[in-house]
Amino acid sequence: MKITRFLKTIFMTDFVGGLFIAIKELFKTKKTINYPFEKGKISPRYRGEHALRRYPNGEERCIACKLCEAVCPAQAITIESAQRSDGSRKTTRYDIDMMKCIYCGLCEESCPVDAIVQGPNFEFSTETREELYYTKDKLLDNGDRWENILAANIKTDNPYR
Amino acid sequence: MEYLNIIFQEVYKILFLLVPVLVSVAMIVWLDRRVWAFVQKRQGPNVVGPFGLLQSLADALKYIFKEIIIPASSNKVIFILAPIITMTLALIAWAVIPFSENQVLANINVGILYIFAVSSLGVYGIIMGGWASNSKYPFLGSIRSAAQMVSYEVSIGIIIINVLLCVGSLNLNDIVIAQQNMWFIIPLFPMFVIFFISALAETNRPPFDLPEAEAELVAGYQTEYSGMMYAMFWLGEYANILLMCALGSILFLGGWLSPIDLYPFNLIPGAFWLILKILLLFFLFALVKAIVPRYRYDQLMRLGWKIFLPLSLTYVVLTASYLFYFNLLPKI
Repeated sequence: MKITRFLKTIFMTDFVGGLFIAIKELFKTKKTINYPFEKGKISPRYRGEHALRRYPNGEERCIACKLCEAVCPAQAITIESAQRSDGSRKTTRYDIDMMKCIYCGLCEESCPVDAIVQGPNFEFSTETREELYYTKDKLLDNGDRWENILAANIKTDNPYR
Repeated sequence: MEYLNIIFQEVYKILFLLVPVLVSVAMIVWLDRRVWAFVQKRQGPNVVGPFGLLQSLADALKYIFKEIIIPASSNKVIFILAPIITMTLALIAWAVIPFSENQVLANINVGILYIFAVSSLGVYGIIMGGWASNSKYPFLGSIRSAAQMVSYEVSIGIIIINVLLCVGSLNLNDIVIAQQNMWFIIPLFPMFVIFFISALAETNRPPFDLPEAEAELVAGYQTEYSGMMYAMFWLGEYANILLMCALGSILFLGGWLSPIDLYPFNLIPGAFWLILKILLLFFLFALVKAIVPRYRYDQLMRLGWKIFLPLSLTYVVLTASYLFYFNLLPKI
């Protein structure tokens, strides 16, 4: 035993083996990506920036049931509702404090009409806190902008729900 | 007038050597980081210029525009002098490196002694930097560094004796020419391995980067330095690494000799082969940095004094007796 160990030390077998492993690793594909130019793949369930969706005819999906407000563990959502002239109940105010939000996805789970969803966008950092108090307009705007991807994601994920 | 002419000629010659060395130092830093990253499956610096080749230039620009902070309690003259000494010593040693039979700035007869002396003096820059900073981490770092460099210089010196026994001359060009039939890496392979490891220790590279062990000593003797002065330490360090690679390729890999002594290879200038060999050795340096953990200080000292020194001494005796017995000693 001692002799094998001595020979191993003298011929630096571990070190030489390490060198060869290093050379092998040298030619393997890299695990990192050039972030701003390439982006990693995102799951359809990804819980990123919030968005309020609309029906294809342009009507807001949200029916002001306030389930999301109730379920939100961080109490980041504030909703005020009123009856519209055509008799339907709609929100007059739908605010999310994105700094309180913990991105747990419970609002999305609780929504009976798939109105509030969390999209794939994770690049919405701002320079001021005020910009992170999302209002209804901002959320609806997000929904309009990401609608294609949001709809596709919900469809992909549907069989597993 | 004639006097000026001679001076201009010499300055021109010096610049012709110095500028490529400095540029290659910048490139080598990029190569080092890139190889390191590739082994760890990262991308490494790849943004500035093609493949990130100009990364070091960008870094240098950043260093130039940074404020130089001189600690209030430091010994200012020595504090400023230390990086200058480190860099100057790393660069002047290049004067005797032969790039081909005639392409050498100073073809002096004691070339190898000169390199050895200059690289030994390099300790002073580090000691001065660590002491003048008047701060505990730089001081501890410089003490460690000094002890380490002195210890490993001993074994490097004895390894050089091995080579000199086979050559019979201290002139670097003679050492290269003596390898025309066989590179010294073949008969002296164990010495080449020990030289390589000692060179790692001599230039404070991992696994012997104890003087700047981040976890213990912040950045060792460079802790208090900033801006261009830090960059000079850094330049000196990499110039030293390149010098060690050059020395290794001259002593063991046949310097500017072409690996195959046949027609088409003979036409390629010697500088090309030397640079190729230096790059190969540096590539090994970079690979080693990626795969080894750092030594403990007592392990480092044990390796230097109790293993490398006896081994290289024994090999000197072996080489000498072999050469003497078979009557192969070089005629002087």
